[in-house]
Amino acid sequence: MASVSVPADRARGIRRPTALTGFWSWFTTIDHKKIGLLYGAAAFAFFIIGGLEALLIRSQLAGPNQTILNAAQYNEIFTMHGLTMIFLFVMPMSAAFFNYLIPLMIGARDVAFPRINAFSFWLFLFGGLFLYSSWFLGGAPNGGWFGYAPNSTTDPTSGMTFYALGLLLTGIASTAGAVNLGVTIINMRAPGMSFFRLPPFVWMGLVTQLLLVFSLPIITVGLFELLFDRRWGTHFFDPTQGGDPILWQHLFWLFGHPEVYILILPAFGIFSEVLPVFSRKPLFGYQFVVFSGVAIGFIGFGVWAHHMFAAGLGPVANTAFGISTAIIAIPTGVKIFNWMATMYRGDLRFTAAMMFSVGGVAMFVIGGLSGVTHAVVPADYQQTDTYYIVAHFHYVIFGGAVFGLFSGMYYWWPKIFGRLLSEGLGKLHFWVMIIGFNLAFGPMHILGLQGMIRREYTYPESLGLTFWNQISTLGAFLIALSVLVFIVNAVRTQVRHRALASNDPWDARTLEWLTTSPPPVHNFDEIPVVHSLDELWHRKYAEDKGGRLVPVQAGAAEERSHGPAHAIHLPSPSYWPFVAALGLPTMAYGVIYSWWVVGLGVVITLVGFYGWALEPSVAE
Amino acid sequence: MRKRLLWVLGLVALGLMLASCAPHASQDSLKPAGPYAKEIKDLFVPVFWVAVLVFVIVEGGIVLIIVRYRHRRGRDRMPPQIHGNTRLEIGWTILPAVVLAFVTVPTVATIWDLARKPPSTALNITVQGHQWWWGFEYTDDDMKTTYDDKGPITVADVMVIPAGRPVYLSLESVGGLIGGTTKAEADYAVIHSFWIPQLAGTQDVVPNRTNHILMQADEPGTYYGQCAEFCGLQHGKMKVRVVALPQNEWEAWVANHKQPGVTPTDPLASQGMDLFMNPLSGNRGTCIACHSLGGIVSGVNAAPNLTHFADPTHQCFAGCDWETTDREALAAWLRDPNAVKLGSKMPNYQLTEDEIAALVAYLEGLT
Repeated sequence: MASVSVPADRARGIRRPTALTGFWSWFTTIDHKKIGLLYGAAAFAFFIIGGLEALLIRSQLAGPNQTILNAAQYNEIFTMHGLTMIFLFVMPMSAAFFNYLIPLMIGARDVAFPRINAFSFWLFLFGGLFLYSSWFLGGAPNGGWFGYAPNSTTDPTSGMTFYALGLLLTGIASTAGAVNLGVTIINMRAPGMSFFRLPPFVWMGLVTQLLLVFSLPIITVGLFELLFDRRWGTHFFDPTQGGDPILWQHLFWLFGHPEVYILILPAFGIFSEVLPVFSRKPLFGYQFVVFSGVAIGFIGFGVWAHHMFAAGLGPVANTAFGISTAIIAIPTGVKIFNWMATMYRGDLRFTAAMMFSVGGVAMFVIGGLSGVTHAVVPADYQQTDTYYIVAHFHYVIFGGAVFGLFSGMYYWWPKIFGRLLSEGLGKLHFWVMIIGFNLAFGPMHILGLQGMIRREYTYPESLGLTFWNQISTLGAFLIALSVLVFIVNAVRTQVRHRALASNDPWDARTLEWLTTSPPPVHNFDEIPVVHSLDELWHRKYAEDKGGRLVPVQAGAAEERSHGPAHAIHLPSPSYWPFVAALGLPTMAYGVIYSWWVVGLGVVITLVGFYGWALEPSVAE
Repeated sequence: MRKRLLWVLGLVALGLMLASCAPHASQDSLKPAGPYAKEIKDLFVPVFWVAVLVFVIVEGGIVLIIVRYRHRRGRDRMPPQIHGNTRLEIGWTILPAVVLAFVTVPTVATIWDLARKPPSTALNITVQGHQWWWGFEYTDDDMKTTYDDKGPITVADVMVIPAGRPVYLSLESVGGLIGGTTKAEADYAVIHSFWIPQLAGTQDVVPNRTNHILMQADEPGTYYGQCAEFCGLQHGKMKVRVVALPQNEWEAWVANHKQPGVTPTDPLASQGMDLFMNPLSGNRGTCIACHSLGGIVSGVNAAPNLTHFADPTHQCFAGCDWETTDREALAAWLRDPNAVKLGSKMPNYQLTEDEIAALVAYLEGLT
């Protein structure tokens, strides 16, 4: 942040917030670390809610013809479970890691646009709360996260209007956040941090942001058309008036498939950080891991119609998308082989973080293989919309992404909070979770092949589906138990003041471990100058002639916080991002209820942007 | 000791696997009953074993590595700092590509094979997806009824086909206002997916588009299926059965279904017929306004055609979740459709118990 001399706006009557600590500072903070924590806390809260919804689903399906939920409630709950886990948990939890860690890992003091960062967070949170408020305002979205028209446009409850508006809100938040993080990575790297010295997590972060920037506009078009169909009687998807329901599917999946990689690439980045550190070896084939991630990002835009193999696009389209889907397995396989080679001949230390990463890779392999069976198009005619698909994407998104995120939590917790989580409880968490996970989702492969379809609120006894459903429900409750263990671990660590973490408790490789735990507001007293990939590692160890490592003199890499060496201009806190973000959900309610409320929302947002525009980045 | 434990666990797992393959499983895509479903299974199974092989190699590799190279207490060693190996990278890029090519070639061949034109001997049926039940029209020239305007034979919930003969389905999504006036009561033309796993793979039923399925049942029997694409409130209870008949029974079925509905002689059933054909007292509504009952009065196509409701092949009704022979279920349905199937488009006509008994008697006579 260069200090730019902007004359203070004299007309402004509100005094600028200054507090960097305390309760209210959380509402005005523009520090990427605090915003990262806010993202993490909100996403975790939504994870708990989405998990409770999953338990309701599994309870309902624990036996044939159960009546814990009726059809209407079940449809709302499975829709909200999907929306919550994708848009309100995995995406923002990844954003939490990116926000907190990317500036630290590239040696920056903050993100490129700190106030846009705050705006993104508040808008995401308000979007999530907006979606959930639907439950008290006439019913939650009930048309599935995929919202196929015309079912979604004709449903008589207001739920799918909330869906369209809620996803538009979180979409704006994600787009702003993606631009911000992308610019940060491109423009704010420390001296010497060339692109091929970027940690793989940052690389995957960059690819993820680019995927977001290019895919979100597509669903935005779809959501606006859906909203117009529902609210103002247009006919984009209305077959009785010449509209085309298949158009929605193209718009949705052209976003929806890159979205899958938006969910999984952050975890790939985490695997690529954690596995080398606890193998005490560099990442095998760094360039290949990075390029395969980039390749996945590109090819990810060319496979969307594999969600529509049964839609009747014809054999030409099905052939093309079957082949492109098979091709995307190749870079994914390259990554897995490189991770294995990273561990090969290493000195593997099975911390909880390492266990979640290895477990995540192992589970993702299963999801990848079942994915290849979907690329076998005719087989997909028998699997699409069955529990086989449910099994597949849970192995990818839970087994891959969520295991990766938990690995990241154990790995970076000491950096973020300055205290080490209990390894014992962490390992308990891992074992209960991976057993529960496989019991919950493994049997779904069998159920799907036995003919159990997705999204049915109950099933008859005669199809013989009961046994595996019972096992699956048992597994779901084990997963819940394991999350409880994690929460106990986190609370105990913070409340009972467990062991303080040193700057570099894992003997790690990247810059965030150079600074104190937790890092100071300004991240680094002196911006580090980068000379190589795995900069910190090379500050600690030198390779002798035989390729063996010898420690450089002890403590050379430690940086003690002796305060900034010279004046550092950090952007000051601000009310305006919060205010601007508040106006948009107000407009969304207005779209449902009254134009006057839309007007109010416009005024709030304009006031927010006006105050923001006239506010210097650093308080005088 | 450890080894024995593993054996026991393995046997338990195997036992559970076998238990799951118990006799019912009539919606199982791995138990094909006709050539088109079998073609898909024959493609899936080898791919599955390839996947299993890759699974064993990769997961086995991971397990070997983590056992072999785990950190051992008291033995600090700095592993060799290997940064990569280009030849290996090229190798494990090409190897999966080769495996995938082996999978993709038969895949593409099967896609085109399944998309081929139906044989000229195929029976043509138009499948209609409604919220939430299936209707079937037999559109071939020799399948026209003898009554009214000689329309196609039309049935609901159970599709009857001849065994051993290919059937070419044209899939249509059908909607329309039913009796009701409110938005909630309308039957919307939404996307469904018609899936009989043992006979063919699924295809979506999309409004304003006609997709096709070619299927065949080799042996007589009953095959279960259901709507696979989420289609609203009662998607979970939008089921269907296919009854395949041997040639002689099929001919009898066709001959019977060309005839109009039976006019009952039994007094109770006659009373039921009166109730069915005329507006119910007190402006409660009219059954025949929505339900066609061919040969007597033609209704519209918005509700299941009941002309041969009690034919033995018509095993189930109302989205195929209730057995037609279950008199109690039928009475409960007439009493309040929404109580047994929330959101059902058939309104509650406040029928008295006497009226219900009469209607049940009438419906049971419609063979």
